[in-house]
Amino acid sequence: MDYQFLWPPVIKALPELVDAALLTMEVSVVSMIIGLSIGLLLSFGRRSKYFLPRAASTIWVELARNTPVLFQIFFFYWGLGEFGIFLSSYVAVVAALSFNTAGYMAETFRGGFNAIPETQLRAARSLGMSFLQTQRYVIVPQVLRVVYYPMTNQFIWVILMSSLGMLAGLRELTGETQYFNSRTFRTFEFFAATAVIYYIIAKIVMLGARLIGWRIFRGQGT
Amino acid sequence: MDPAGNAFTDLSWVDLLFLGEAAIRTLQISAVSIFVGTVLGIILGWMLAAGNIVVRLLVNSLLDVFRSVPLIIQLILFDSFVSIAGFPMPAFWSGTIVLSVYTAALVAMVARAGIEAVEPGLRRAARSLGMGYWQDMRYVVWPVGIRAVFPSWIGVALSVLKDSALVSAIGYIELLRASQILTTKTQESFKIMLLVGLFYFLMSYPISKAGDFIEKKWQQ
Repeated sequence: MDYQFLWPPVIKALPELVDAALLTMEVSVVSMIIGLSIGLLLSFGRRSKYFLPRAASTIWVELARNTPVLFQIFFFYWGLGEFGIFLSSYVAVVAALSFNTAGYMAETFRGGFNAIPETQLRAARSLGMSFLQTQRYVIVPQVLRVVYYPMTNQFIWVILMSSLGMLAGLRELTGETQYFNSRTFRTFEFFAATAVIYYIIAKIVMLGARLIGWRIFRGQGT
Repeated sequence: MDPAGNAFTDLSWVDLLFLGEAAIRTLQISAVSIFVGTVLGIILGWMLAAGNIVVRLLVNSLLDVFRSVPLIIQLILFDSFVSIAGFPMPAFWSGTIVLSVYTAALVAMVARAGIEAVEPGLRRAARSLGMGYWQDMRYVVWPVGIRAVFPSWIGVALSVLKDSALVSAIGYIELLRASQILTTKTQESFKIMLLVGLFYFLMSYPISKAGDFIEKKWQQ
């Protein structure tokens, strides 16, 4: 092996990489918030007694779950060009990740709501709780327990998948790394450093989620 | 070239054939990776379930790396590493190796859950009936465990099928990359995207529904 590893360019670029990592987090948080909100609506849609919302949300969920995320990113980025719709890299990546997250979280929410027997709702209402009180004190806490860990997994997964932004020209952590790679040709060094940054982000998020989970679910068994 | 001077060609049957071939390449690389990754993952899962604390800690933290670093970075790193080390290989092989290891990291968790899903009492009963360790594994743990985690395994297989699109990043012309080539040629991005989406959907959806069906059947 005659290759000489050269790390100084990576160390010099570290501040820019950290900035790009912040963009990665921004994209992920925004996509997660949008995806969770739409996912919640879709889960209601799938339980609706009317055909139209049920069909629409089923189609959304199946499309999101049965095509690759990278395809979804490309679709938003290039696929709409024929209609003269050109989304920026940022919007296209956020749209795709939100679309995908909504599809997966809809199923998780559905499982969460299905886990609560309907008799609980009736019991709470007959105890004199209003509809909103029932949701607030009976339904939501239980659903949250079921969906909390799948939700944190999804969040980490969104962070990892936002790396595909690179292929749609977004300068998030991976895109920025590719930019430095194209200027220095230190492919291995740059991507190794980025791998470490992703690993650290994933660990911090996981630890944070555990701590928060432990704080909100304390005194409730598991 | 048409009189208007349009340098792009219309979408033709040849292009469809090109997409079809690329879809087959997607299926190939996925099938090989899922197979190798599953075998490897079951062995690793067994180490996680049956190993002592040192083995478990070692295997777990190793696999954790593959689950915490984006797949695209794993692909680029491995691809550049083999060229640095002086063993450049075709994109199909570096892609297959990375995808297989990634699959193994996911299957290992599924396999461990499967082994741990089997009641210790059931296994003790098997052993006290005179079964050896491997007989217990083969005739008790395997059939019971696989029913518990088969749906999760289907989920892993489907995500690998879809993630194989990322191999395009190191230059392998699978379905998604082929669609980009066609888009450049014909400029009919929307139609091609719909077609490719349909291809992926037709590969993934039936497997996912079959998985649901088997799960329901086994639960009865």
